[in-house]
Amino acid sequence: MDLGHDRPQVRAQARNVSPIVPRGQVAGRALVAVVAIMTFLASLTTGAVLLVSASASEWQSDVASEITIQIRPVAGRDLDRDSAAATEAVRAQPGIIETRMYTKQESASLLEPWLGSGLSLDELPVPRVVVARMQPGTTLDLAQLRARVVQAAPTASVDDHRAWIERMRAMTGATVLAGIGILALVVIATIISVSFATRGAMAANRPIVEVLHFVGAGDRYIANRFLRHFLRLGLQGGLIGGGIAMLAFGFSESIAGWFAGTAVGDQFVALLGTFSLRPSGYLVLAAQAVAIAAITAWASRRTLFKTLSDID
Amino acid sequence: MVRFENVGLRYGLGPEILRDLSFKIPAGSFQFLTGPSGAGKTSLLRLLFLSLRPTRGLVNLFGQDVSLLGKDEVADLRQKIGIVLQDFRLLDHMTTYENVALPFRVMGKDEASYRREVIDLLKWVGLGDRMDALPPILSGGEKQRAAIARAVIARPQLLLADEPTGNVDPTLGRRLLRLFLELNKSGTAIIIATHDMTLMDQLDARRMVLHQGRLHFYE
Repeated sequence: MDLGHDRPQVRAQARNVSPIVPRGQVAGRALVAVVAIMTFLASLTTGAVLLVSASASEWQSDVASEITIQIRPVAGRDLDRDSAAATEAVRAQPGIIETRMYTKQESASLLEPWLGSGLSLDELPVPRVVVARMQPGTTLDLAQLRARVVQAAPTASVDDHRAWIERMRAMTGATVLAGIGILALVVIATIISVSFATRGAMAANRPIVEVLHFVGAGDRYIANRFLRHFLRLGLQGGLIGGGIAMLAFGFSESIAGWFAGTAVGDQFVALLGTFSLRPSGYLVLAAQAVAIAAITAWASRRTLFKTLSDID
Repeated sequence: MVRFENVGLRYGLGPEILRDLSFKIPAGSFQFLTGPSGAGKTSLLRLLFLSLRPTRGLVNLFGQDVSLLGKDEVADLRQKIGIVLQDFRLLDHMTTYENVALPFRVMGKDEASYRREVIDLLKWVGLGDRMDALPPILSGGEKQRAAIARAVIARPQLLLADEPTGNVDPTLGRRLLRLFLELNKSGTAIIIATHDMTLMDQLDARRMVLHQGRLHFYE
């Protein structure tokens, strides 16, 4: 454009420094708090599911490698002789690496918590127990073992704990499913909160959107300007929520350490193992925090495009 | 460049406020759009700027039927059109310089390639010492000049201006008219909606007069 002799020659200082969407106008703090809380809850759920799954698989592997044989006392049979014969029959089975027959005294000490001390087993029909340990990874022919044991001791029964393991597996599955359900609810709540926050931000910035449309900006350009804010807010929230959850798990591990050796501590260890997340568990929590930040950005983007189509 | 054929416009179920508009705006032409208040001048400008769609008829802009355009294509087309609205529509969080440079920024151009041009234009419209000021502290006339500078900076192929000299003194009005003429010389078609007879009398240009929803031409 020719501006003739009026063309000015003075140096100017003007520069582009302001963001197109002002940072302060996207209501940030509330959204960061919501995303942080959601990430924290999601992390607690995932962490608890990981702990239960790890403990359950430890129990299962312990129990699955054992077989218990019970020999019931009946009139006319020598229980000691039947127990020894059954033990021998089990030991002869390929894949069995160790057998151990509980003595009368050991059986009495097992029953002591219920029946008290000074118990004379001769007066009670208490079965004798033999525990056999299998080579890990072997598949045992249980029918053959059962036949062999019953041949040696007709009152013996063989239990490979399958029913118990199945119940345990069902319980673990239910826990994981409940965890997934809670995670789904958290994700849905996050999406709804982010959508409302985005809509609010768009309403507050409607004049800016209109001007950007006037100067020829497309929806994609405008959405990207807003999206940066929401992605940053989502990452902040995810970092805070995920970080606090990781600290909480680290702290609970320390607490479990303080109570080690006490009755309460032992109960916890029996139920939830050492109450400590493995390094891979912490990685899962970190990945989850990033995923929630990504969900925040996605939900925001979706709402942005939807809202932009209504503004012109 | 612009072709209207039997265009009609109504808002909702109300009466038709623009009726049977048929005209052409050739490239590089200069025209005033005038008529009494409420005659539909702003609505016609909005039709030309694609922020309204006609309820009937054909609007063809830059060789394209606007009824067939998607949102992205409309955005691309708007980069060829500059608009000055009565309420200026400046962004309050941006300085005068940033407001005027906005079309280039949206196009994704490097600031170094347009900075000098923006500064020159701001000085031309008398805002050389207000480049770093925010719109809330500008006077009405200063806002208007900033809005005009923003509309013309990217040298649009079509410039639409709604009462562009309404808030400025006659001297500055003449200066702004000269700016429009310079832009027109470089090939931009210009449509200025105004009531200002003094402004119109300064130039021998086509007058489009809107009256009772119909358009009359005085060459």
